[in-house]
Amino acid sequence: MKKGYFGQYGGRFVPETLMPALIELEAAYLKSKKDKNFQKELVHLQKTYIGRPTALYFAKRFTERLGGAKIYLKREDLAHTGAHKINNALGQALLAERIGKKRVIAETGAGQHGVATATGAALIGLECDVYMGTEDMKRQALNVFRMRLLGARVIEVPVGSRTLKDAINESLRDWTTNVRTTHYVLGTVFGPHPFPSMVRDFQSVIGKEAKKQILQAEGKLPDYLIACVGGGSNAMGLFHEFLNDDIKMIGVEAGGKGVETGEHAARFAGGSIGVFQGCKTYLLQDDDGNVLGTHSVSAGLDYASIGPEHPYLRDIGRVQYTYATDDEALAAFELLSKTEGIIPALESAHALAETIKLAPKLPKDKIVIVNLSGRGDKDVQHVASIKGIEL
Amino acid sequence: MNRIDKTFKKLKTQNKKAFIPYIMAGDPSLEKTKEFVLLFEECGADIVELGVPFSDPLADGPTIQRAAERALKNGVTLKKVIALVRDLKTKTNIPLVLMTYYNPVFKYGEELFIRDAKDAGVDGVIVPDLPPDEAGGLVRLSKKSDIATIFLLAPTSTEDRIKKVASASRGFIYCVSMTGITGAQLLLDGSIERSINNIRKITDKPIAIGFGVSTPDEAAAVSVISDGVIVGSAILRKAQENSEEGLKDFLLKLREAAR
Repeated sequence: MKKGYFGQYGGRFVPETLMPALIELEAAYLKSKKDKNFQKELVHLQKTYIGRPTALYFAKRFTERLGGAKIYLKREDLAHTGAHKINNALGQALLAERIGKKRVIAETGAGQHGVATATGAALIGLECDVYMGTEDMKRQALNVFRMRLLGARVIEVPVGSRTLKDAINESLRDWTTNVRTTHYVLGTVFGPHPFPSMVRDFQSVIGKEAKKQILQAEGKLPDYLIACVGGGSNAMGLFHEFLNDDIKMIGVEAGGKGVETGEHAARFAGGSIGVFQGCKTYLLQDDDGNVLGTHSVSAGLDYASIGPEHPYLRDIGRVQYTYATDDEALAAFELLSKTEGIIPALESAHALAETIKLAPKLPKDKIVIVNLSGRGDKDVQHVASIKGIEL
Repeated sequence: MNRIDKTFKKLKTQNKKAFIPYIMAGDPSLEKTKEFVLLFEECGADIVELGVPFSDPLADGPTIQRAAERALKNGVTLKKVIALVRDLKTKTNIPLVLMTYYNPVFKYGEELFIRDAKDAGVDGVIVPDLPPDEAGGLVRLSKKSDIATIFLLAPTSTEDRIKKVASASRGFIYCVSMTGITGAQLLLDGSIERSINNIRKITDKPIAIGFGVSTPDEAAAVSVISDGVIVGSAILRKAQENSEEGLKDFLLKLREAAR
């Protein structure tokens, strides 16, 4: 495979100004993988700061309600800051320190990656600016305030669709301008090489832990892994460790108001191959190559493109991709809250929605692990307003 | 020989520098763009850059972003810009370069794009988010059709990068004046001169400087150290003032400054 590529997907499609920084970052990342001190520090912080390993929890009442396969939840919602995003943000903050960058920037959709980066920056003592679309700032007001509390500056992006993709454009523009002093903490397995591989590696701790935990709990590997896919980092984090095992994996995209309405973010159902924000991958675009608007009830999945390793895994038949609509995700959000006392992030609720469809069809001795990638506190206000309740 | 090469050769014998204005195609209309190009020529431009609108122009500042948004609203596509070039070629001989992001080209199909561009009379292409590392196909196809592939160098470019970019570039090398996006503030502190000197050690291909050149004084300062000067955002802003006299005066001053 060509360097920086997954099959035909990936690559490094950025302005020349950024090329030297990406080459430097790739070298630093490869070095850090072998650097015992770096790994020791990372593992130490994962344990004492993030609170890893996160639990693998058998969802007994949820399982009983669905009446089929046993459902385990990988509790990334219990990680410090409330989502898997911290695994990557902390790793990259450590790396930024190693390459001598004093400032980090990040894009954020749901606000979880912004909060995680602000947290990593506070921990290490780096300056931090987070770009966020106006639309997302509205629906994720709580996280905006959290980032500010953590000492980050939140910069509103009022252009384009005013969501995640526009926040990434602005981050890339900032990085192009300040590349000498700044590291861009990209939040998902997306963008130019080495980000897709590097972010996956920082997230792969999810799958490594889950494998150990399920073997301990059940004495065997699971039959299914299910994760939601926006950019796709929580999914890659869970899947990566199991890619060579004989188990099924399902990635769940945002079906929005239904793929037929055009208001969705299901890249595989409605997209085609394109080159966007640094890499070649699947993209929702028109016939002339302009990027289409997207919709999802969950800001973290509301994105026109998908990390390049995903279409590769789909092409070779290793991972199956489907989608869940807003309504299905909202129903899953409520069902898990009521049956287990766990309020999931609306992003993770998409993975649960697929589980609700699949589990009842499976025999009771089958095991499903769902990545509960984040907690839903940030979504409570948004869900209330959808239900017409004023808080 | 490609007409861009001819232009630089001629300028060299005259001891002059290239003046390369940029305009976003289709803002406010394709008809108006045609008039702009002819006005540029009348005011002494040597080459014209035609921007192709894209939904996510990550190398551009607010001025060009907004121009692209307006052009997209007008339904302008890569196909229509190629048709505009075909039309312009019946009226002028000035070399025309398309500045487009890569995805519209990828979606069009590289092979078909180069064929149609050649057929319409496009002289060169600049794709700011396509470094030579990813441009193997486009470079090969362009070479066969004698369309210049103009790549960018930045103040951050290392010796390795300069070698790579210089070797893939034809027509000229687009040297970005600062680390930043189009229309940002130019910094005349000697750093551009240092990067140009580094590039000259490696290649003798013509070098044009762009990004942030917004006044005749700045155009004069960068043209002294290069072979040409590219002005985009500042011309767009002037064009929006809707005074043909004002625009003409600005273009003539830039032309005068670029020597």
